[in-house]
Amino acid sequence: MTSIGEAKEKVPLLEIKGVTFHAGDKGILNEFSMSMEVSEVHALLGANGTGKSTLAYLIMGCEGYSPTSGEIRFEGKAINDLRIHERAQLGITMAWQEPVRFEGISVRDYLSLKQEGTDSSGYLEMVGLSAELYLGRMVDKCLSGGERKRIELASVLALHPKLAILDEPDSGIDMLSTRDIINVINIFRENGSSVLLITHREEIALISDKASQICRGKIVCSGSPHEVAEYYKAGKCLVCDGKVCAYV
Amino acid sequence: MSVTERYALMYDLDALMKAFGEAGGDKGILASNEIAHLVADGHKLLSMRSLEGLEVDARETLTGISAKVTVKEGIKIKNPVHLCFGILHKKGTQKIRMDVKLEKNSSARFIAHCIFPKAEKVKHIMDAVVELGEGAEMRYSETHFHGLYGGIEVVPKSVVTVARNGRYFTDFTLITGRVGKLDIDYSVEAGENAVTELTARVFGHANDNIKIKEKVILAGENSRGLIKTRVALEDEAEAEVTGITEGNAAGARGHVDCMEIVKDNAVAKAIPIVNVTNPLAKVTHEAAIGSVDKRQMETLMAHGLTPEEAVDVIVKGILK
Repeated sequence: MTSIGEAKEKVPLLEIKGVTFHAGDKGILNEFSMSMEVSEVHALLGANGTGKSTLAYLIMGCEGYSPTSGEIRFEGKAINDLRIHERAQLGITMAWQEPVRFEGISVRDYLSLKQEGTDSSGYLEMVGLSAELYLGRMVDKCLSGGERKRIELASVLALHPKLAILDEPDSGIDMLSTRDIINVINIFRENGSSVLLITHREEIALISDKASQICRGKIVCSGSPHEVAEYYKAGKCLVCDGKVCAYV
Repeated sequence: MSVTERYALMYDLDALMKAFGEAGGDKGILASNEIAHLVADGHKLLSMRSLEGLEVDARETLTGISAKVTVKEGIKIKNPVHLCFGILHKKGTQKIRMDVKLEKNSSARFIAHCIFPKAEKVKHIMDAVVELGEGAEMRYSETHFHGLYGGIEVVPKSVVTVARNGRYFTDFTLITGRVGKLDIDYSVEAGENAVTELTARVFGHANDNIKIKEKVILAGENSRGLIKTRVALEDEAEAEVTGITEGNAAGARGHVDCMEIVKDNAVAKAIPIVNVTNPLAKVTHEAAIGSVDKRQMETLMAHGLTPEEAVDVIVKGILK
């Protein structure tokens, strides 16, 4: 029972406590801890192979990605044992680094999965695609990589998640521009969604409210986006001595 | 025809069209003077209509229907020609013999509705010979509506020749009800600059047995061919898909694309066969057999779909 005058402890939206994850003999995350508040945009900076996408799969609960030790909590509730759809139903979702294609599923249907009858045209416009041109198209291999990434982002926007994990929206040949990503992040902000923005480009991290740098499966630096971006750019990482996460 | 026979015919026609309507078809197609059609229940010919430039000559045989359809030179048939075949009883055999000829520069679209809602011991045999003249275009869609008993054997066979600059597209769909036993055997020979596309979509359940053999012979220079097969299987169903493409002329291009999704104890087999006898021809193939793609599942589940809902969306997508 809370007594009068006692401050109620604020529960983070996402809390990752000492998570270790091994893929076979290889350690990917090592006692990894971080937390995110409601409506926070948190950039996770790191070079390739430092554990960024693995962290995303662990939060989302993908098959084969269960912490070796440690705990993941969402709104104060442990979610380690929940499957992907159960986490999604709590309000967690993800835009994949390389979204898969679906034969026979139209963009219209893809944007209204679980939300039949909703008008999804606005979400396409938000990611810079014409609803008129794209709603009737299929989410298949006829789309370019960039188009598919934008549609994935639109589908995540349409879900109005509490937490959106965006795994390197700026990567790949058809990468989205910094301006595109800023626009999308601002829409998430307006909708009250929190965003975990995974990237290896410090200029993208500058969009966030808070940033962290990951190296060898651990947070090596956390704070304001500018500070973390400078640290990342300078290649000062004390964990790897600049050998792994040298500025990309 | 006596009054009694006429009433019996109308009763059968009503029953077949009712089943057709229940399967999602538009019963109004029979009433329109602008739509050609041919309707048969078992070996009884119930209704048919020709149009100017489109001749339909059909007759009953001891076990089915024999029909000759001709589209005259240069005639473009605006509305699809509807072919409605079925057996409404639990038992029976229906043999359809079709001779279809599209003369030079003509075009037509045929939609075949094959309805067997109560089949427990039914055999439906289609034997078609199709001839497309120079520059002619034919689109043929065959959709089956089966019941839940699985006591049906469907044996469609067609031999198609497509002359110079002709275009032939066919689409076979059996995703409603039990397949039973299916044995498709299609063969198309494409002449110079001719284009042909064969698509089949089948969803097998229980102990359904599916055999699909489609062959495209690219005989003419710069001819094009595509064989696309999509099969989903669950329970104990089995499927064997054979896609054969021969590239026998310079500039011929062919592709075989087979995808089969299996669940439970279902068994799928794909046999792409590519024969090239001309060094300037090129034929490619791809075949994918397996359970539902894990990444697709995870993506849909991250949108809040349960695993069962995700599988349903993926399977419906590939069969669309």
